[in-house]
Amino acid sequence: MSFDIPDDRQYLESHEWALETDDDTVRVGITDFAQDELGDVVFVELPDEGDDLSQEAEFGVIESIKAVSDLYAPVGGEVVAINEELFNAPELVNDDPFGDGWMLEIDPADTDELANLLSADEYEAQVA
Amino acid sequence: MPLQTPPLRGIHDERGAKFTEFGGWDMPVEFDSIQTEHAAVREDVGIFDVSHMGQIHVTGPDATTLMQRLTSNDVTRLDVGDSQYATITDEDGLIIDDTVVYRLPDENGEATYLFVPNAGTDEATHERWISYRNEFDLEATVDNQTDEYAMFAVQGPNAPDLVDEVTDESLTDVDRFTATMATVDGVECWTARTGYTGEDGFELIVPASEAEDIWAQFDCQPCGLGARDTLRIEAGLLLAGQDFDLESNPRTPYETGIGFTVALDTEFVGRDALEAAREDGFDEELVGFQLIDRGIPRHGYDITNMDGRVIGTVTSGTMSPTLDQPIGLGYVPSEYADPGTTLQVVVRGQSKKARVETIPFIDTV
Repeated sequence: MSFDIPDDRQYLESHEWALETDDDTVRVGITDFAQDELGDVVFVELPDEGDDLSQEAEFGVIESIKAVSDLYAPVGGEVVAINEELFNAPELVNDDPFGDGWMLEIDPADTDELANLLSADEYEAQVA
Repeated sequence: MPLQTPPLRGIHDERGAKFTEFGGWDMPVEFDSIQTEHAAVREDVGIFDVSHMGQIHVTGPDATTLMQRLTSNDVTRLDVGDSQYATITDEDGLIIDDTVVYRLPDENGEATYLFVPNAGTDEATHERWISYRNEFDLEATVDNQTDEYAMFAVQGPNAPDLVDEVTDESLTDVDRFTATMATVDGVECWTARTGYTGEDGFELIVPASEAEDIWAQFDCQPCGLGARDTLRIEAGLLLAGQDFDLESNPRTPYETGIGFTVALDTEFVGRDALEAAREDGFDEELVGFQLIDRGIPRHGYDITNMDGRVIGTVTSGTMSPTLDQPIGLGYVPSEYADPGTTLQVVVRGQSKKARVETIPFIDTV
């Protein structure tokens, strides 16, 4: 089975992606591989706007019918937006993990941290 | 120890199934998605490979006596083709396993039985039967046929029609909890109107060598253990090793809510202890509950009262695909067991409010 791994963003080994947006925030979600492994997502727990995160800190929890998994921040900084749609429609993570299934946006404290993340090629090598 | 594989492991793999270890078997957990498979069974029909279930065949002049002494229900109530839910208990009346006992057509004029122990317990159960037979000098042949047979469950409101189409014989007269030999693709299969989903349907015990051809006759949604688990929790049906377990969660049939499997007017291992348990009463009961706060109860989570005192443990839990609500099963002291009682479940350190519900959570056949 092959999975989408868009090359416009970067990845954590723990299967989160990070996408720099036009307004200098970093949008975060989980990968196609991760949503497929989890199966039907039925619950997402996210931080509050204004919370501060450090890189690779737990920021929430995702639950499918069969599994529970922690979520980790690709970069540190302040949470400036969360995708509240997921509270009512957690299946968006399955349907569109790189788009409508996004989880939060972080105003990064240190953009240099992005250099620690995996490229699409490096992530693909991990899940292949 | 290598995992046992069902005869159709390769077929499932080609179909794109994901697999999981269950009771020492490498079984398909998901073919498409649990929600898709679950909905197919509630609304239409789905087929499960349940070849991890054991098959033990008992025949001979003392077959009835042996079955009567080692299972908690009354096998003498069974006519040919009948089935019966029973437990296998130890001397203390604690559940070792639960099982379905079928009375097969007589062999050599003697009552003959097939019973289905849970995954991974067939060898120990076979040894238990042999050991008891030898100790009490009973004349019975006990044959562990788990490797010789595959088992499929075709379940859902449209399952009877589908099975009826596939078999040479008409099965419309086969009642719930009865079974008959039926021919599929030229092969005789033991075909029982039983199942583990809360829906109508049939379970077929088929020769392993013919399993592939028989599976292919059923043009419907293949379903894995994931959907089987969500379906059985909604139906309030027990999972061995979770909702009872002789080592980690020893329970009597009474605490577990299956006292109807205990026939105290028969002689079986554990009978005296169970009579005493029934007279003395029991402190804890298995209840169903629904989480009112956001979160999903999982096996092993603490149950507390509203003051935060731990009073029990979640034994099974899931997000119910049918109800779209988080539901679970667990043991609590009897004073907390009435439907409507408010409890809390500790989900990753946070107390979530829950309400005791009547099980099954959904209407079942």
